[in-house]
Amino acid sequence: MLGPSLALLILFTHWPAVNTLIDSVYSTPRPRRPSRFVGPANFEQMMADPIFWQAMWNNLWFALGTIPTSIALALLMAVWVNDRIAGRTLVRMAYFTPTVLPMIAVANIWLFFYTPQYGLLAQILGAFGITGPNWLGSNETALFAVTVVAVWKEAGFFMIFYLAALQTISPSLAEAAALEGASRWTYFRRIQFPLLMPTTLFVLVNAVIGAFRTIDHIFVMTRGGPDNATALLLFYIYQVGFSFWDTGYAAALTVVLLALLGLLALIQYGVLERRVHYR
Amino acid sequence: MSNRIDRRTLLKAGSALAAAPIGGSFLAAPALAQGKVEVSFFYPVAVGGPITKLIDAYAADFAKENAGITVKPIYAGTYQETIVKAITAHKSGTPPVTSVLLSTDMFTLIDEDAIVPFDDFIKSDADKAWLASFFPGFMENSQTGGKTWGIPFQRSTIVLYWNKDLFKEAGLDPEKPPQTWAEQVAFAEKLTKRDGANTTQWGLQIPSSGFPYWLFQALAIQADAVLMNKEGTRTAYDAPGVVEALQYWVDLSRKHKVHPTGIVEWGTTPRDFFEKKCAMMWTTTGNLTNVRTNAKFPFGVGMLAAGKRRGSPTGGGNFYLSKKASRAEQEAAFKFIQWITTPERAAKWGIDTGYVAVRKDSWDTPAMKEYVAGFPAAAVARDQLQYAVAELSTHENQRVTKALNDGLQAALNGTKTPEAAMKDSQAEAERILRSYR
Repeated sequence: MLGPSLALLILFTHWPAVNTLIDSVYSTPRPRRPSRFVGPANFEQMMADPIFWQAMWNNLWFALGTIPTSIALALLMAVWVNDRIAGRTLVRMAYFTPTVLPMIAVANIWLFFYTPQYGLLAQILGAFGITGPNWLGSNETALFAVTVVAVWKEAGFFMIFYLAALQTISPSLAEAAALEGASRWTYFRRIQFPLLMPTTLFVLVNAVIGAFRTIDHIFVMTRGGPDNATALLLFYIYQVGFSFWDTGYAAALTVVLLALLGLLALIQYGVLERRVHYR
Repeated sequence: MSNRIDRRTLLKAGSALAAAPIGGSFLAAPALAQGKVEVSFFYPVAVGGPITKLIDAYAADFAKENAGITVKPIYAGTYQETIVKAITAHKSGTPPVTSVLLSTDMFTLIDEDAIVPFDDFIKSDADKAWLASFFPGFMENSQTGGKTWGIPFQRSTIVLYWNKDLFKEAGLDPEKPPQTWAEQVAFAEKLTKRDGANTTQWGLQIPSSGFPYWLFQALAIQADAVLMNKEGTRTAYDAPGVVEALQYWVDLSRKHKVHPTGIVEWGTTPRDFFEKKCAMMWTTTGNLTNVRTNAKFPFGVGMLAAGKRRGSPTGGGNFYLSKKASRAEQEAAFKFIQWITTPERAAKWGIDTGYVAVRKDSWDTPAMKEYVAGFPAAAVARDQLQYAVAELSTHENQRVTKALNDGLQAALNGTKTPEAAMKDSQAEAERILRSYR
């Protein structure tokens, strides 16, 4: 049974990765100038490329903005809808809805939320006499604005995992805690949260991948603008690879992304994995 | 979309295999064997309105008149998305036979060796007359090195739309758009409504998302500056006229406060206009039918105001022929392109969408004459053509224009002065274009 999946894994994961690595040390082939070995030239170009560095920084801020927030929010929502509250099915569904919407549709909806003057946000702020900024149109707010959309979209997805994990926690633990007179907070901090650690790691891995994989709503909402303020690494790779057709350079950028994700996976599985299990 | 390409590839491969034992030929044989040629055709939509429906109707009509040819239109997204798909398909070996792509992508397509010039297909005198019938302004971005690489189709210029009700309210003559840069500011000041720190209605909106270079080029032309050379190997982003034009745009929002700050969305600008959030807007003439359908107030369409001179770049899409298509497919596509650009159909397309009918004689057709008589605004873009200039187009076009776009957005957002922004853009363009000289 291992054979087919291994073949697929090699075909769609390992082979392209190796190919990318090879492409990254060759120049981009053009009809009149075939590609040739250039060694580290593509990487040298990257070091001197201000847009690459900006995309890296943007991605870092985007990751810092989305990962902790969406995980915390997911946990909060899960704990809440796990309790016996009235209409919890409805609330669960409401939280989960953003996840099932296609990102492109989400982005289009948010595009109008963010519209200056008569967008939803502008109208709400306007009711309080505040003039909202041009959310997607100014360098200061654009990255924040796209980050919020990603959090909104992801938190509901992670909530499902937390909810599933919470349901597996034996109710006898809650009863025992209640007998001991532990507060709701203590119960969460000392029992629920530690038991959820493996789930948190799983969610964290997904969130990290998500943060570096995000591209679709950038397309619809900002196209990396204004002035590259929302250019994330993958979007930049797309732009270099498919708008500029500089495939050699795009391959080099991809290698950096791969290395980055590899490093993060190493930290997550090598270091964190050992600490998440409740002993 | 890749789905469709895949299916096409599979179908071709499948039928080629089926034909192989009999005919033994792998090239284009299946298409000819059935006596039918299929012309796949990628096209973008860049304006509001039922463009896809219109195109499908054209394809169906063409099929009725030409039994041997099936035209298969494939909607491929925005202009940017369409060229990505077309070139990806080209690299994978099965490109669409013909596509409508930006006229400015000509150099890129030539460099990628993706298209063939039309000259080989021009044989009869009728063909020659057909080629000569297009407005010369539109041919500037369609020809280079003595060859014709693109056939104008959904072409446009930028025009000014204004809300006549709001003009009246502000005490302006509703029939007179601003004629000069100074007047444009003065009008916009009267048309801007403020409620304390809050602006409820802007005087003017010039969109700056996506492809700000295009709208900016109008300002640059009006300042009598030229952005690039004819060969597409040099840009002049930091020329004094260019900086002056950018300063004017920045001043509209930062100094005169009659234009929203930050980036103004291309896509939502017509809506802002319908919602009376802006009294005047710049957008393509291709939005004319969209505005006519959706504006609930009398509106005017005019030429852009003049700086040192009048001006607008041309814009929009051309038909291209794929190099990797078979000769039979190319011939069939050429037939379709000639069919869809007859005077009557060019006129109909112009009436249905608002794009400028691309040839002079289509303006003499009865349908067009009647349309213009009832709706004089339709002729504005044509009349403006005499002031129009070729759109910014260079080798590595997407990258070179991105250098300008980034600079424009930086200046509009106030992170760089217009001068510094244009210096940076020019330096980047120099770096990219050096190897093409």
